[in-house]
Amino acid sequence: MAANNYRHALFCAIVTLIISFPILGFNLEAKGVNIELTGAKTSTIVAVILAAVAVFVFQAYRDSFMGLLGKLPKLNPLAGREPMEQSKRVKLESWVLTGIVVLALFWPFVVSRGSVDLATLVLIYIMLALGLNVVVGLAGLLDLGYVAFYAVGAYTFALLSQYTGISFWMALPIGALLAGLTGMILGFPVLRLRGDYLAIVTLGFGEIIRILLNNWTTLTGGPNGIGGIPEPTLFGMEFGRRIKEEGNTSFHETFGIAYSGEHKVIFLYLIALVLAVITALIIRRFMRMPVGRAWEALREDEIAARSLGLSRTAVKLSAFTIGAFFAGFAGTVFASKQGFISPESFVFLESAIILAIVVLGGMGSQLGVILAAIAVTILPELAREFSEYRMLIFGAAMVLMMVWRPQGLLPMRRIHITLNKQG
Amino acid sequence: MLEVKNLSMRFGGLLAVDGVSLDVQEREIVSIIGPNGAGKTTVFNCMSGFYKPSGGKIIFEGKEVQGIPDYKISRLGMVRTFQHVRLFTQMTVVENLLVAQHRHLNTNMLAGLFGTPNYKEREQSALDRAAYWLERVGLLDLSNRDAGNLAYGQQRRLEIARCMVTEPKLLMLDEPAAGLNPAETKELNQLIVSLKEDYNVSVVLIEHDMSLVMDISDRINVINQGRPLASGTPEEIRHNDDVIKAYLGEA
Ligand SMILES: Nc1ncnc2c1ncn2[C@@H]1O[C@H](COP(=O)(O)OP(=O)(O)OP(=O)(O)O)[C@@H](O)[C@H]1O
Ligand SMILES: [Mg+2]
Repeated sequence: MAANNYRHALFCAIVTLIISFPILGFNLEAKGVNIELTGAKTSTIVAVILAAVAVFVFQAYRDSFMGLLGKLPKLNPLAGREPMEQSKRVKLESWVLTGIVVLALFWPFVVSRGSVDLATLVLIYIMLALGLNVVVGLAGLLDLGYVAFYAVGAYTFALLSQYTGISFWMALPIGALLAGLTGMILGFPVLRLRGDYLAIVTLGFGEIIRILLNNWTTLTGGPNGIGGIPEPTLFGMEFGRRIKEEGNTSFHETFGIAYSGEHKVIFLYLIALVLAVITALIIRRFMRMPVGRAWEALREDEIAARSLGLSRTAVKLSAFTIGAFFAGFAGTVFASKQGFISPESFVFLESAIILAIVVLGGMGSQLGVILAAIAVTILPELAREFSEYRMLIFGAAMVLMMVWRPQGLLPMRRIHITLNKQG
Repeated sequence: MLEVKNLSMRFGGLLAVDGVSLDVQEREIVSIIGPNGAGKTTVFNCMSGFYKPSGGKIIFEGKEVQGIPDYKISRLGMVRTFQHVRLFTQMTVVENLLVAQHRHLNTNMLAGLFGTPNYKEREQSALDRAAYWLERVGLLDLSNRDAGNLAYGQQRRLEIARCMVTEPKLLMLDEPAAGLNPAETKELNQLIVSLKEDYNVSVVLIEHDMSLVMDISDRINVINQGRPLASGTPEEIRHNDDVIKAYLGEA
């Protein structure tokens, strides 16, 4: 047993050396026209060796480390508490949520423009994650190409505005519906697939859509993207300094206030907030409806679900369609916020981040997903100095979470249903 | 109401079911018995639409149903339980029963989003039906537990309740007594008889517990290695030499 442990630890340490030494231990240096291979500084080499030692120690005493990690939840102040009474908890939760939304309504007026901009991005990610939560968390369909529907929403608005001059408010439902339709169409071929196979095929679909956008230069402008996407208007009032569209008025002139670039940012933030709240409420409602229960039943046991009369086709397609619909929503807002989009914004990494948000938050749990969306978007911004290590920290956080709280930050709680005793 | 004629099912080179026939009348309990691997579950899988039989006919209420997809079969009023309990383990007990009533609910998404009167009414009657059956199988107090946390016997009863809320005409039970203690088996015995007497449901039962089978069956079909061996009343089966040799004697 012990010998086995050490052998395994030694193996891991050697692998660490093999991987990190060539990458960190050598430098390419430009000397005139030639490039020369030089050894790295001693400190780097020492660091690599130390890392290998650390890996060895960790692997050799892995069980005791993991045991310690298992004790961590005891440090959690909430762990030992009595579960709150059902009715009280529900009331508290709805108060807290209303409070957060009210706060969120007012805070853009007191913070900087940059923060509001970031908050808008957070809200877009919340919408995306809530939508993907339907597909992955509730219906249990591992979708790695979710970003495709986000792209469909964004490109719908961009293209329609370019060719027909459509406004944000018109594009919003069209973008969402088209994304939903795409979700349904892409859902058909993968109906029979589950788990890994489904993940691979959806990953492929996501890439196909991105590559299509990249290469169909005549329509989408390819890698150059599409610019000049209009901002939302408020009852025909524009937020720019000068009016772009005939017949519109401008916000600052109508209200007789000085022009400020902040109005636009705040307005976009408020739109994103309202849409995110609507998304959350609608999906929350779905979860308590027959369709939501059918999603979960299919995730739990497909054979039993079918034996009770649920059609796999209808249930899976509805999950794909509704998830994609909200991604389209988010995409339209994103296009409007950026004013410019290109296939760069819809790479696989985006899908991975949204999926990470859902998993970190706790599959199926809305509050958890919202918190995780905030954390995953804001933390990298706060730790700008470490931005090179962003992915590393991200990966470490994921591994730690999987060990410590595999069910996510706030695992989904079942809805309590009170029954009336029947005669 | 149900007639199975000459059913056969082939898996590659293996003829798992070969020429099995079966008929079930209204308000009747018909058992299928046979040694392990005889093909009993495979017969159920064909009847419930999980497999498309290689040959033969299944006629339910005058309509040929062989090869119809599983979810449509259950909508016709033929539902089954599984040899290994299949619950939606992470959903609560009530939710399990609500999923089963999908067909009785208003599944229009807009109706649900806006909570139309029709939607609410149907949702309420589904809840009441769930409450009724939970009470009936003694699980009402556990209605908000996760189904996966129930004791084994409770899970078995929940699975039957989940079938009953769909208001079936024919219930197929695959070894419902497996893993139950004698007291639980006795309760199950009474429950199955009551399903027939009080709710007019026909039951097809696969079971290894001979005393249960002999006690409640109206008729029994014996199959051995996929082939029908005998059929008749419990009394006839008890004294059938072939059966004693092939099955009872070995036990
Ligand atoms: N999907 C399948 N593919 C291949 N062979 C199968 C399949 N399902 C069942 N079989 C085979 O068919 C035969 C009958 O199996 P079945 O499960 O119907 O037996 P059973 O009578 O229900 O037995 P038990 O009493 O153990 O439940 C077995 O030999 C089994 O291995
Ligand atoms: Mg069997």
